[in-house]
Amino acid sequence: MSEKRVLIVGGGLAGLSAAMKACELGLEVDIFSMVHVKRSHSVCAQGGINGAVNTKGEGDSPYIHFVDTVKGGDFLGDQPPILSMCEAAPAVINMMDRLGVTFNRTPEGLLDFRRFGGTLHHRTAFAGASTGQQLLYSLDEQVRRWEAQGVVRKFENWEFTRLILNEEGKAVGIVAQDLTTMEFKSFPGLAVVLATGGPGLIFGKTTNSTINFGSATAAAYKQGVWYGNPEMVQIHPTGIPGSDKLRLISESARGEGGRIWVPRKKGDNRAWNEIPTEDRYYFLEERYPLYGNLVPRDIASREIAEICTKEGLGIGGRNAVYLDLTHKSEEYLLKKLGAILDIYEKFRGVDPKKVPMEIYPAYHYSMGGLYAGYETDETGRLLKNSPKNQETNIPGVYAVGEADYQYHGANRLGANSLMSCIFAGLVVGESVAALAKNSKTAPAASSLLESERKLEEESYRKLAAQDGPENPYVIHKELGEAMSTYCLIVRRNDELKMLQGMVDGYAERLKKASSLDKSGSGNMSAVFLRQLDGMITLAKAIVDAALLRDECRGAHSKPEFDNPAPSMETPITDPAWTAYYEKFLAQSQTWLKTTIAKYDPSKSRPVIDYKPVDMRHLSPEPRDYTGVGKKAWKKFLETHHANQAKA
Amino acid sequence: MSNTVEVRIKRQDSPQAPAYWAEFSVPYEEDMNVISVLQAIRRNPKDKSGKSVAPVTWESSCLEEVCGACTMVINGKVRQACTALVKSLEQPIQLEPMSKFPVQRDLRVNRQRIFDNLKKVNAWVEVDGYHDLGPGPRQNPDDQTTTYKYSECMSCGCCMEVCPQFSKVNDFVGAAVLAQARLFNMHPTGAMQMGPRLDAVTADGGIQDCGLAQQCVKACPKNIPLVEAIGQLQRDITLDRVLGAFRR
Repeated sequence: MSEKRVLIVGGGLAGLSAAMKACELGLEVDIFSMVHVKRSHSVCAQGGINGAVNTKGEGDSPYIHFVDTVKGGDFLGDQPPILSMCEAAPAVINMMDRLGVTFNRTPEGLLDFRRFGGTLHHRTAFAGASTGQQLLYSLDEQVRRWEAQGVVRKFENWEFTRLILNEEGKAVGIVAQDLTTMEFKSFPGLAVVLATGGPGLIFGKTTNSTINFGSATAAAYKQGVWYGNPEMVQIHPTGIPGSDKLRLISESARGEGGRIWVPRKKGDNRAWNEIPTEDRYYFLEERYPLYGNLVPRDIASREIAEICTKEGLGIGGRNAVYLDLTHKSEEYLLKKLGAILDIYEKFRGVDPKKVPMEIYPAYHYSMGGLYAGYETDETGRLLKNSPKNQETNIPGVYAVGEADYQYHGANRLGANSLMSCIFAGLVVGESVAALAKNSKTAPAASSLLESERKLEEESYRKLAAQDGPENPYVIHKELGEAMSTYCLIVRRNDELKMLQGMVDGYAERLKKASSLDKSGSGNMSAVFLRQLDGMITLAKAIVDAALLRDECRGAHSKPEFDNPAPSMETPITDPAWTAYYEKFLAQSQTWLKTTIAKYDPSKSRPVIDYKPVDMRHLSPEPRDYTGVGKKAWKKFLETHHANQAKA
Repeated sequence: MSNTVEVRIKRQDSPQAPAYWAEFSVPYEEDMNVISVLQAIRRNPKDKSGKSVAPVTWESSCLEEVCGACTMVINGKVRQACTALVKSLEQPIQLEPMSKFPVQRDLRVNRQRIFDNLKKVNAWVEVDGYHDLGPGPRQNPDDQTTTYKYSECMSCGCCMEVCPQFSKVNDFVGAAVLAQARLFNMHPTGAMQMGPRLDAVTADGGIQDCGLAQQCVKACPKNIPLVEAIGQLQRDITLDRVLGAFRR
């Protein structure tokens, strides 16, 4: 009898939408999560979910959403899955509405939409200022419905540690650990869906939750699953400094009119309300008149970082700028942004309706992740019900959500993550159902299940017995600080080379670390040794890939190799534009490719490989958010094509 | 403000083991909350006397007070540890696990009961399928303001911790779960399944076990109108019974 049970690891938006779709298609599901699924990191998403429903009479369309997404990602995203996602997005939002998500409404009772970064359209549906939480809850409720019918089993407070692969290298199960009793168990299944989120804790204090170790990604990567674009991690421009984590103020604060500024004169130490308008430097609005405060995240982050570190204009000389909403009425702010402004007030003790917030960029999201493939139809869209969609390079292992590398290229647009998570979850539900129909793979042999379980149990036993002088939490703190300092907003090759050595040093120290706790019950620090090993493993891939990529692309910023656009005042006939575009084309030729990190167990290091990007729908062009370059680029292309034709 | 933070923690090594108190002293940092105090302890797991001890186990996830994970009893009050700022707490800060749920280890408890009870009261919208069926029902923006409030419930259990009726030995579902039943009764599609939901709400451990002590609403970190929800639910039940009598 063939296996009907699919193993879904992770219970955020991607994992839960995968589970409910798989159930609808007749499969049974086991869900594994380190926390009760309702406490997954998806709850942190505040601002909204993108879909070109076009209810504002702006002529928005899924194709424009697609163009914005590809361009926002600096063309590094494979285009067929992005196109299919953008086309499905309005229906996904409608479905979530039917499931009971408490989306904000217009006076006519329709879904309301707001504007987010990297687009000129109102395309972001939202539920108060906790859209991720609201979407997660509705999916959680649907999965509970299936659970009540006995179709879903949940293993919450369990951690996935290993894929079980059969002789042909196909996934036939997993090993997981109960984080209360510390026992290991094997679970057979027809496929494994990794919906385990991002690895943010590698960067220490970030906007991520305390469960975002990336340990499932690391475990799968060590067993041979490729890791795509590891160097592409997103910095959120508007983080709030904190002692335990960096909370963030959603992009919706800018979407609803928030203005970013610093004192125009260096050393101006007046209080914010004593600085008159003419002495305030609204630098994003002045430098990007078309998009203003709503330029994409990578550009906003870099501008904020550089205005503080290079130009020395940060508030009081510190790494901080104002995000100002005080020109909006309290009533408006409460209605539109109540929950997120609450967060700021709760953690900083200052009311952002009365006093501008102080913010600085923070690590936020990994565009990179486990390799996920796809199959296309003749129109270049995802082939519906193909078992290849979202499948990694290991048969039977699938990756979805932030854990996969698809959909966002080199930079993610705000409010696209919630859509990509739910969309990929629904797609993978269909993939595994298709796989179930045609699978001839025999269920995992009980001897294999037991030997793999023993393997994990044994390696945990060794970890728990570790009794060296090093404290793993101290090593983690240092890792996070090093990664954030040398591998985040701006990257330099000499520093990255130094960082490689530092990360190797943490790996050595980890061997001399203590598990701190000899208890056999709820032992978090013995488990943390394994999680830290995973973070160091992935950090090596991130640093190596960042070192090799000698260009600026999306979130990956290496000033030595920058190709800055001529200033907005440069006439389009100026040869500076031609030089800029020629360099752009040359750089695309060399670097417009997907990084694939493959783990080499003999060296405990990644081998970095590359794969072409699927650009069948749109050709790359320089990202231009000033609105000036468009004409210049058009003119350049005409000449360029004419020259090519002549040659 | 002194430059250390003094903490007393009620610890328990396993579900069966007896509880005991341990004292810690950690260096104070700007903007510290209870989470960063616990993080400081695990980076240097020694009690106040300098003896090495196992790091304290607790549950956490978002640290933004939207996931509900880090709920514990802090200076006698049940709340989330992430929003408990050290500068506003009296020292020594006393940390205890929630008392209405079984302890797994130290400050971590097992709140599975909340999720099982959500299952009991059909807290969901029964849809025909996950395919494209067009837009959902239009809804009055004012109704959204009400439902959004209910939908912010993160199943943290604060309302159950303070409820005199909710105990380890009975099966009362608690205010949060009743409020979720109310939430789905308000949804245009959810209302179509109100009958079975009300049956579930009046089954053993249901709404009749509420003693109207009204402690829940004071403890809710999201200010959900729990008492109002229970009152509305009562009215739904009465109306349903009256109409049901006519139908029969």
